Amino acid sequence: MKPHTISILVENRPGVLSRVAGLFTRRGFNIESLAVGTCEEPGMSRITAVVIADDEIIEQVKKQLNKLINVIKVSDITYIDHVAREIALIKVSAEPGTSRAEVMQLADNFRARIIDVGTRTVVLEVTGDTVKIDALEKLLHQYGIKELVRTGKIAMPRGSKTVSPRK
Amino acid sequence: MKTGAKILIESLLHEGVDAIFGYPGGTVLPIYDELYDSSLRHILVRHEQAAVHAADGYARASGRVGVCLATSGPGACNLVTGIATAYMDSVPVVAITGQVPTTLLGNDAFQESDITGITLPITKHSYLVNNAGELGKIVHEAFYIAGTGRMGPVLIDIPKDVQTDVVADPETVPEKVSIRGYQPTVRGHPKQIEKAVSMISGASRPVIYAGGGVIASGGDAELMRFAETMMIPVTTTLMGLGAIPAHHPLNLGMLGMHGTQSANYAVTECDLLIAVGARFDDRVTGKLESFAPNAQVIHIDIDPAEIGKNKAVDLPIVGDVRQVLKEINLKLTEKRVQSPWNDRLAEWKSQSIQPPAVDTGLLTPQYIVRTLSDLLTDSGIIVTEVGQNQMWAAQHYSFTRPRQWITSGGLGTMGYGFPAAIGASIACPDKTVVDIAGDGSFQMNIQELATVVQYNIPVKIMILNNQYLGMVRQWQELFYDRRYSYTELPSVDFVGIAKAYGVPGICVTDPADVKDALRQSLTCDGPFLLDFRIEREENVMPMVPAGAAINEMILGDKR
Ligand SMILES: Cc1ncc(C[n+]2csc(CCOP(=O)(O)OP(=O)(O)O)c2C)c(N)n1
Repeated sequence: MKPHTISILVENRPGVLSRVAGLFTRRGFNIESLAVGTCEEPGMSRITAVVIADDEIIEQVKKQLNKLINVIKVSDITYIDHVAREIALIKVSAEPGTSRAEVMQLADNFRARIIDVGTRTVVLEVTGDTVKIDALEKLLHQYGIKELVRTGKIAMPRGSKTVSPRK
Repeated sequence: MKTGAKILIESLLHEGVDAIFGYPGGTVLPIYDELYDSSLRHILVRHEQAAVHAADGYARASGRVGVCLATSGPGACNLVTGIATAYMDSVPVVAITGQVPTTLLGNDAFQESDITGITLPITKHSYLVNNAGELGKIVHEAFYIAGTGRMGPVLIDIPKDVQTDVVADPETVPEKVSIRGYQPTVRGHPKQIEKAVSMISGASRPVIYAGGGVIASGGDAELMRFAETMMIPVTTTLMGLGAIPAHHPLNLGMLGMHGTQSANYAVTECDLLIAVGARFDDRVTGKLESFAPNAQVIHIDIDPAEIGKNKAVDLPIVGDVRQVLKEINLKLTEKRVQSPWNDRLAEWKSQSIQPPAVDTGLLTPQYIVRTLSDLLTDSGIIVTEVGQNQMWAAQHYSFTRPRQWITSGGLGTMGYGFPAAIGASIACPDKTVVDIAGDGSFQMNIQELATVVQYNIPVKIMILNNQYLGMVRQWQELFYDRRYSYTELPSVDFVGIAKAYGVPGICVTDPADVKDALRQSLTCDGPFLLDFRIEREENVMPMVPAGAAINEMILGDKR
């Protein structure tokens, strides 16, 4: 079992997200992340789902997803060369003095931006692949993470390949 | 200027709907008001579950889309079991529900339920209509989706204010539906067909395993031509009964848990299994590893998601069964002759256990079903409940054509048969429709006796009454040391109940009376009830215990 990144192009219709999510939950496995937003085609959205399951089960789920009337295209991009990003907002304790300086330094090393500074906290915005965000999160733990939000992964194939409907 | 309700009724008529099954309530009052002067025939059932089962039975008997109508909240929720039943057996049904006004949606308003949400996993598609102008287009789309590709139920949920809204310019409804995300593959891939033909020609022990897809696609004639040209024996699933006539020499009968010995042995020994519109259900395959263990597998199905779902397939062909078989047939020019494989199967067939005879003095269900089969032959439509009654009907009735057999296969819904029989009878008034029932199942929708009386629907109810939840009792006998935990049903005076509703009936206890009773029921103009007091602990045999290989059958005692 390994994480699969699945890109799903859907029509913007009521219920389409629950139909898609329902197909995963019906088979009893968790969605690691689910990111939805509009895309290049008007009236359509792209869903990026990361789910942990065997290849065969993923194959089944893909076929089931394709059966949904409002689903236009489904691609498992796990095995094709792709770029992937997610954004995290991390609120960290940063007491004035050394710890604040250290947090700032860390942020700088990770190319994270400081987007809010309070008297005892700072909020970092970091973009990157899952591994990078995990690493920063781990390092920041010693200072005390007050709150953390991640968008979930979004991904697309490299080069001229696309996850768009044929033609 | 038209109201949403009027647009709905006109759209249904435009789809060629001639009857709908329903039950009124507050949120469908505008629709019922339109029905009042409409030419559309409405059958008032006594429970919404019966409305959806009737629509389902109508669809299975006729091949057209069945329609039911219910109010919001409790009415809509009562449709759930029937929608799931239709979903599991891929039956084209359009279920229309009322909904609270859009202004109250999501408020936990009186009689509100999120029926599109509740039915999400058991519908092929669904709509919550928020604009009366779109209703015509939605109805047209719904019928198209329900009745094409792998068929299934579609739900249309219509808020009350959408029904009363007056539209000046409704959206035009295009004759041809085009939905980007829905384009079923009808024609098989030519290369795959080529390969199939060479695999079929090369096989020495081929078997065809035909399912409900043959019936749904109208592919029975092509199937026969295929089987006869290549002399390939055919076994059918429960849903595939009628795809090949019972007495055809190539017919091995049903396979699986209560299948015939010849079918189960043939599948176990074949070198090529050609699955046609069948989905390798666990009641068919038994232990998967031992199912057709030495065979290459060709799988023809309209639904790509079925291919490789349970059993690995060597050659998948996605397409409409009738179309694909037709393409294969065009390529099969050389006729094959009887082979040693055919002889071997014929021998197995002749050794199969025989049903109990009449002269034992016992009233057995097998004898009753066989007698009915002899009397009705071609002209009957057999609908069943669920349990032993269903299996005895499947095993002992001689089906000669598609759509003659209507049963809840995938979900196994008790209470299905009687209302489905009502639907079948409305769809095919020229056929004699018989509900073969268990005493348990029949009591799950017994209230529909009122419906058959009100509309004089000539359904024949034939209760194989063992005063048990028989099929469960059989499992308790075989696997739970005869501990009959809550499966005994006290005796019920079914004839008395029928009489109270206005349906004539006879109680039969002596095998010598079976034929006369059946004749009387079949010749009567209206509905009729027969209460057969059968041997209480009769079992359905052969039987493959759950989880065993299908050639590991319990054969039961030979009488
Ligand atoms: C709605 C529903 N509840 C429970 C079951 C489980 N079940 C399967 S067969 C059966 C017994 C059916 O008894 P009866 O209708 O008397 O038929 P028989 O087996 O005796 O012919 C039961 C309870 C079911 N299939 N459907």
